[in-house]
Amino acid sequence: MEIAVISGKGGTGKSSFAASLASLAKNILLADCDVDAANQYLLFQPQHTEEEVFVSGQKAVIDYSVCTNCGKCIDYCGFDAITTVDGKVEITKISCDGCRLCERVCPFKAISMIDNDKSRLYSGTFRYGHMVYGRLAPGEENSGRLVSLVREKSKQMAVENDHDLILYDGPPGIGCPVISTITGIDKVIIVTEPTRSGLHDLQRAMDAVFHFRIFAMVVINKYDLNHEMTTEIKQYCKLNNVPVVAMLPFDPVVTEAMVNGKSYVEWAPDSVVSINTSRVWEIIKTRTP
Amino acid sequence: MINSTHKIKIAIASGKGGTGKTFVATNLFYALQQAKIPVTIVDCDAEEPNVHLFISGCLTKSFDVTQKVPVINESICTHCGRCHKYCSYNAIFHVPTLQVIKVMEDLCHGCGACFVACNDSAITEKQSVLGTVKRFDLANQFTMIEGRTKIGVYSSVKLIKAAIAEAGSDSVVLFDSPPGTSCPFIQTAHLADFVVLVTEPTPFGLSDLKQSVETLADMNKPMGVVVNRAGIGNSDVYNYLKEKKIPLLMEIPFSREIALTYSKGLLISAMDEVWLGKFRQLFDTLTPHSWK
Repeated sequence: MEIAVISGKGGTGKSSFAASLASLAKNILLADCDVDAANQYLLFQPQHTEEEVFVSGQKAVIDYSVCTNCGKCIDYCGFDAITTVDGKVEITKISCDGCRLCERVCPFKAISMIDNDKSRLYSGTFRYGHMVYGRLAPGEENSGRLVSLVREKSKQMAVENDHDLILYDGPPGIGCPVISTITGIDKVIIVTEPTRSGLHDLQRAMDAVFHFRIFAMVVINKYDLNHEMTTEIKQYCKLNNVPVVAMLPFDPVVTEAMVNGKSYVEWAPDSVVSINTSRVWEIIKTRTP
Repeated sequence: MINSTHKIKIAIASGKGGTGKTFVATNLFYALQQAKIPVTIVDCDAEEPNVHLFISGCLTKSFDVTQKVPVINESICTHCGRCHKYCSYNAIFHVPTLQVIKVMEDLCHGCGACFVACNDSAITEKQSVLGTVKRFDLANQFTMIEGRTKIGVYSSVKLIKAAIAEAGSDSVVLFDSPPGTSCPFIQTAHLADFVVLVTEPTPFGLSDLKQSVETLADMNKPMGVVVNRAGIGNSDVYNYLKEKKIPLLMEIPFSREIALTYSKGLLISAMDEVWLGKFRQLFDTLTPHSWK
């Protein structure tokens, strides 16, 4: 079974919650799909890491010994990435989308493509099983594709190592990497918080989840910071037939655990956050075929 | 009086989500508004725009941002496969033996390579909506601009550029940046004069802060850091800032009162004069002479 933890809004406690679920599961494949800001490896310090290069795309470069500054490439670029600076044609690296059109239209074959090869896909073992995570190099695109590779690798390793459960710690937002994370999975847990932004982003995330017809559950984290908003979120979930499976109070042990390199169920197993999280784990376990 | 320092573009960003970017950006906006300094705030977090929850105004303009996608006229198409070959995004599905050709619009980046590839004039273009830019005017010279992607759209970059272009450059412009260090963030930071990174003093916060700092250093962008929820976590973030000689612009302590105010969609600087003063001061530390 594949389960993803997502949040819409960042910073709701999604990764801490996912880390705790993984600690409760004991025998699991944990995959970090937040390739922009992977954090699970900080807590779990995976071992025997295998490293694979991920080519996220390409960038165009000009060979100035051939370029005549004719400007044809400028006319064709759909990303405003090529301009003339002091009479010289220049490519703005950060705007280049790697479509290769300039390379194809250049009458002098002065443009070639180089791979963006700084991103990595890692896999290894950790104290509760196996772990896969991706790290997208700053400014590189195609995070959705890297997430797909994280998922492919996860499925392959889960089969090889007899893990029945794959848990994905998803990226924030609702864009391409989130869609890659949730496409075709069994269940989504959305971790939200009782703030206007939390509810707004939950609604956007839920629209994305409904779009793919995936079974969703909601966890309200730090629910006691604003009881009125918590009630509003519960009503919204009820209206949409989405179960609220846990309410976690604000508790400094969550941050303390992180500082000490532990999940909060490891660090403070008797705290209310840990007890309520273990109930979610019970629900998942009993409903797993 | 308006001078050049009142025309800077400031991006408020963070690697990690939920560190308080929107909190800082909206309170800074309010503090400038109270000081009668013309200001525009642009919500560049187009996947999850939240600024509108804190700042509202009159909707004065709204337009869709589109990109061109190809339409293949199958009665003319000779199934030569050149468009499929030219497409770097696998957005043209082609099975020559079955004479099947199909445009996968979700994968198309609108680069136009397929139009160039086709020798038979079988491809025409249509516009596909990526999202909407809305402009809200609060009063003369105080404006909020929001970019909002349509659900399921692959990239928010084009929308962000359009939202920022709408802001012009006749006032202070604040960008509430998208999280992370990939293209949406880079595009936003690229168009700013200064980047304020908001972090929290935790291991996750530090790890993501490092990525943002390295990215901005590569871009030669001047930057400073606001530590939010000070008091939780540990001192590693502070040590890192010292080591890298990055200015600590402001500290916001963790407090239930601030969290509650934010959760209701209210601005702390509108409720508490002390915070109004602190955000006004934050702006003063951002004027160019302090970082050039």
